[in-house]
Amino acid sequence: MCWSVPGRIVDIEEQKARVDISGVERDIALDLITDPKVGDYVLIHAGYAIQKVDEEQAKFTIEFFKGAQGNV
Amino acid sequence: MSKYVDEYRDVDTCLDLSSRIKEVSTRPLTIMEVCGGHTMAIRKNGIQKLVGDNIRLLSGPGCPVCVTSISDIDRVVCLAGEENVTVCTFGDMLYVPGSSMSLAGAKAEGADVRTVYSVHDALEFARSEPEKNFVFVSIGFETTTPTAAAAVLEAKATGVKNFTVLALNKTMPQALRAVLESDDSEIDALIGPGHVSTITGTGMYRFIVDELGVSCCVSGFEPVDLLGAILKLTEMHENNEKGLVNAYPRVVKEEGNEKAKYIMTEVFEPADVEWRGFGIVPSSGSKISEEYSEFDAEKIYKIEVPETKENPACICGDILRGVKRPVDCALFNEGCTPVDPQGACMVSSEGTCAAWFKYGE
Amino acid sequence: MKRITIAHGSGGRVTHDLVKDVFYSCFDNDILRKAEDSAVLDIPQDRVAFTTDSFVVKPAFFPGGDIGKLAVCGTVNDLAVSGAVPRYITCGFIIEEGLPLKDLKKIVKSMGEWAEKAGVKIVAGDTKVVEKGEADGIFINTSGVGVFEKDIELGVEKIAPGDKILLSGTIGDHGIAVLSRRKGLDFETSMRSDCAPLNDMLQDVLSSVTGVKFMRDPTRGGLATTLNEITEDGTSGILINEKDIPVAEEVEGACQLLGLDPLCIANEGKAIVIVAPPDEDEALAAMRRSEYGKDAALIGKVTGDNTGKVLLETALGVTRIVDMMTAENLPRIC
Repeated sequence: MCWSVPGRIVDIEEQKARVDISGVERDIALDLITDPKVGDYVLIHAGYAIQKVDEEQAKFTIEFFKGAQGNV
Repeated sequence: MSKYVDEYRDVDTCLDLSSRIKEVSTRPLTIMEVCGGHTMAIRKNGIQKLVGDNIRLLSGPGCPVCVTSISDIDRVVCLAGEENVTVCTFGDMLYVPGSSMSLAGAKAEGADVRTVYSVHDALEFARSEPEKNFVFVSIGFETTTPTAAAAVLEAKATGVKNFTVLALNKTMPQALRAVLESDDSEIDALIGPGHVSTITGTGMYRFIVDELGVSCCVSGFEPVDLLGAILKLTEMHENNEKGLVNAYPRVVKEEGNEKAKYIMTEVFEPADVEWRGFGIVPSSGSKISEEYSEFDAEKIYKIEVPETKENPACICGDILRGVKRPVDCALFNEGCTPVDPQGACMVSSEGTCAAWFKYGE
Repeated sequence: MKRITIAHGSGGRVTHDLVKDVFYSCFDNDILRKAEDSAVLDIPQDRVAFTTDSFVVKPAFFPGGDIGKLAVCGTVNDLAVSGAVPRYITCGFIIEEGLPLKDLKKIVKSMGEWAEKAGVKIVAGDTKVVEKGEADGIFINTSGVGVFEKDIELGVEKIAPGDKILLSGTIGDHGIAVLSRRKGLDFETSMRSDCAPLNDMLQDVLSSVTGVKFMRDPTRGGLATTLNEITEDGTSGILINEKDIPVAEEVEGACQLLGLDPLCIANEGKAIVIVAPPDEDEALAAMRRSEYGKDAALIGKVTGDNTGKVLLETALGVTRIVDMMTAENLPRIC
């Protein structure tokens, strides 16, 4: 439904960011997210960053699957 | 090492999750993975073979190309034939057969059809070739629609006049209701689309659990994410619990992406649209709002779409609703193949039939 | 800026000067210098390998190569995978009016250099110029002749269950390098095309072991398409292991960005070698001795069951089908 990939912001220029995905770099648009910073990991879909990746939650997911119960 | 990818492909974690699923699962459980991307990820990694015999995974209506109606495909093909129009589209749409031909067919007949990675690339084309008119074919759900909205806002703000959008976008909730409420639905649980939810948040699924009694677990797209989500759903099923679980919290928040939602609702408004296999689903589409009608290709280019033709034996509709499987279709691999697709489920690389054909049962 | 004009293709003085100054100087060899209408070749025996190919890559210059290098290496590799030693190449140019002369010179110089590296002679050629818009820059068609120094007979029909499948290196390098320069995609990558002449490496394999059954260079359709072509006659099946297939991290990254599958991305300097056990280790060692085979790997085997199909054992230990690439590798959102 929506092919997306996480990438690291390496440079920002107004509403544009240069992101790195395993050594591949491309310019993407930042219109859809708030105060991105260089070094942030963002989820990229069709040339736009659609969310910042949450470092804490990323670790949580691994523990979450290792057996910790969790409900929204 | 690609961060936030490799750790969710860890083989030991996957095999551990797989054995725990088989341990916990004692009764039949039918899970629909709504999103075409999930269908591909499951089939590509062979996950359907790691969850034991009690669990059946069904693909849902979450592939934007599959659910695009033939009349909408014909509308795009006609538009491509217009003088001085350049159609920009995601690669997904290029080979979808309309009644007479596909966009690739129109391109071969001389239409200027360009595939783009992003709507922003179409906007850049418009800026660099002011003498041409660029129409972006906007497909996709709540993940992709905001990108088209952002491009329209940028075009308006920077005075780009030769860029318009043909909105074929759709939204998830109503179609999910249509699938789950249909009387032949045997779906016990849903794997929620991870990237739609990144925008919408998880609140959208509340009615599925509370009203329809179907558990829902929003998942990412790597094997660890999917197996983890299936484990959660299996545990709930076995304990006769109903619940809404967010198993993709690294990008999915309960409130979603407020800014993206605002931009989407600024440029688009709900509309009754036709889904292939479902017919008209009320307020399940996104059309460009009155305020931005100068960017609405539907209003600018009056396109008469001829009577549509579809292969009567094609049961894509039932497959999209999860009540039939590709092997139940008489055309599957008998006249309907990726090279010569009869229905959208075979055409889209994320379609159920394409996934079954490509990766096997 | 000096450009190619219709005159360069009309056979008069302008054409002759072009052929002499650009083509003959770069392709210089005894046969070509005779400038006859046909090259007369001394072929030791009556069994030769003979091939043809056309090159239309866009853009004509890309990281790691250009259309000229591609034309030579592609032809050399087609001959080499038949077990022959490439000897002679011909090339026909279709040039669009307006192509900068310096671009043509760069391309032809590159062809001369790579022909020399591959040890082949460009013995005949032709140039035609078409009106602006009737071609796209430059197209090159080649043909190639190779000779058999040992009595080698390879073929799909020789493949048997149990044979091992070797791959000479990482997949998708060329496709991603070219895609990165395509208008509308524009992503940066240090990925360079793997375009390279594989004849020496493959001759080394053939002289190191006797068990080679079949060789092929997977190009446009990627590894998936080539493997499916091998099983198409339905007499054998193939099983490959996902964790053993070498993929450069940047190709993985680009495929994630665009929604593509490395197994279906083009290669231009890779070979598949199918060899009977126990020769696989020796054959692998021969491949790794070449600069173009450093990452060579054993990726799978020929099977007696699942005939007509290519199966992949995923990293999670379950198998799934590998299908040919269907239409085109296009960026997609779902």
